[in-house]
Amino acid sequence: MDIKDIIKPENIVYQKTKLFTEKPLSYCPGCGHGTAHRMLLEVLEEMNIQDKTVGIAPVGCSVLAYEFLDIDMQQAAHGRAPAVATAVKRLMPDKFVFTYQGDGDLAAIGTAETIHACNRGENFTMIFINNGIYGMTGGQMAPTTLPGMRASTCPFGRDTEIMGNPLKITELLAQLPGVYYVTRQAVHTPNAVRKTKKALRIAFENQKLKKGISFVEIVSNCNSGWKMTPNQSNKWMEDNMFPFYPLGDIKVPQLEKV
Amino acid sequence: MAKVKGAIVVDIEKCKGCSVCIPACPQEVILLAKEVNGKGYQYAYMEKPDACTGCVNCAIVCPDGVITVYRTKVEA
Ligand SMILES: Cc1ncc(C[n+]2csc(CCOP(=O)(O)OP(=O)(O)O)c2C)c(N)n1
Ligand code: SF4
Ligand code: SF4
Ligand code: SF4
Repeated sequence: MDIKDIIKPENIVYQKTKLFTEKPLSYCPGCGHGTAHRMLLEVLEEMNIQDKTVGIAPVGCSVLAYEFLDIDMQQAAHGRAPAVATAVKRLMPDKFVFTYQGDGDLAAIGTAETIHACNRGENFTMIFINNGIYGMTGGQMAPTTLPGMRASTCPFGRDTEIMGNPLKITELLAQLPGVYYVTRQAVHTPNAVRKTKKALRIAFENQKLKKGISFVEIVSNCNSGWKMTPNQSNKWMEDNMFPFYPLGDIKVPQLEKV
Repeated sequence: MAKVKGAIVVDIEKCKGCSVCIPACPQEVILLAKEVNGKGYQYAYMEKPDACTGCVNCAIVCPDGVITVYRTKVEA
């Protein structure tokens, strides 16, 4: 069969969602942010809620997310996305609201906003990209940096005696009654991407139930910060990040008793 | 029996040559070209087009979403 007979519009089985703008993504080659964006947009498209959704972009590599996602967006000061999302959702309860934050944004400078939005049980979706490092500013140590992991501010590896232990903020947040659904996923393999999409779908469907925060962590690579090729970084992530940040559901809603 | 044939089209100018699609392909269809695009990235292309089944694995892991996948059935 000639390739020209395969490459016809009626044979398309996958293409980039139209909810992306035409702008090329500003992320480094192989960075998981792009895949996470795409799964998010596919979920909004499948639910047909793109016109009813407001996203809050963080400070970090995804600070420009509003340039790429063709939906209503607001960019928040560093770490403050959950506070901004609280206001947006309370003022416009019919909108689907989400935050999109890195680990520096969500688990360092924004810890207070994160914990209190979760504890108040605000009714929005939080997407947390955990790459164990401050990507945008040059790979500094983050609260999530693994013991022994190198970063520009701990070039000999994180020494937990001096620098403390990594923070499993996701498990911590799962303890709070205001948090309805918590899961940890990844976007480095086809299977992982499919699972992430399912998790995001659940997290947005949950907003209709008005039961509180739905929290999706995505363990991702920062190949530039980790100083590896993209495929090396994905392997490193499997070998080192996943044992400490295991993938899977952490808190699933109790089935209502009938 | 009907056989499935696939093909991918890479948006060459938007491909960043990250290679993430390469191990994602179960049929080992994809390699990076020796040539580079306008940004200086070696872009992905089908080295073994006959082996593509249109499974979409490459496209769903591509961080930049630059792969379009086509699939059709052929009567053998
Ligand atoms: C108030 C304030 N403090 C510090 C900074 C500098 N800064 C910009 S991005 C960033 C960390 C981003 O890391 P992370 O949230 O993990 O996102 P990533 O870039 O890894 O996706 C910092 C500290 C800032 N922009 N504003
Ligand atoms: S610095 Fe890291 S997190 Fe930022 S775009 Fe590059 S790879 Fe992604
Ligand atoms: S994953 Fe996408 S951007 Fe990376 S090499 Fe393949 S086609 Fe190009
Ligand atoms: S569609 Fe499947 S078989 Fe074809 S190139 Fe992509 S991963 Fe390989």
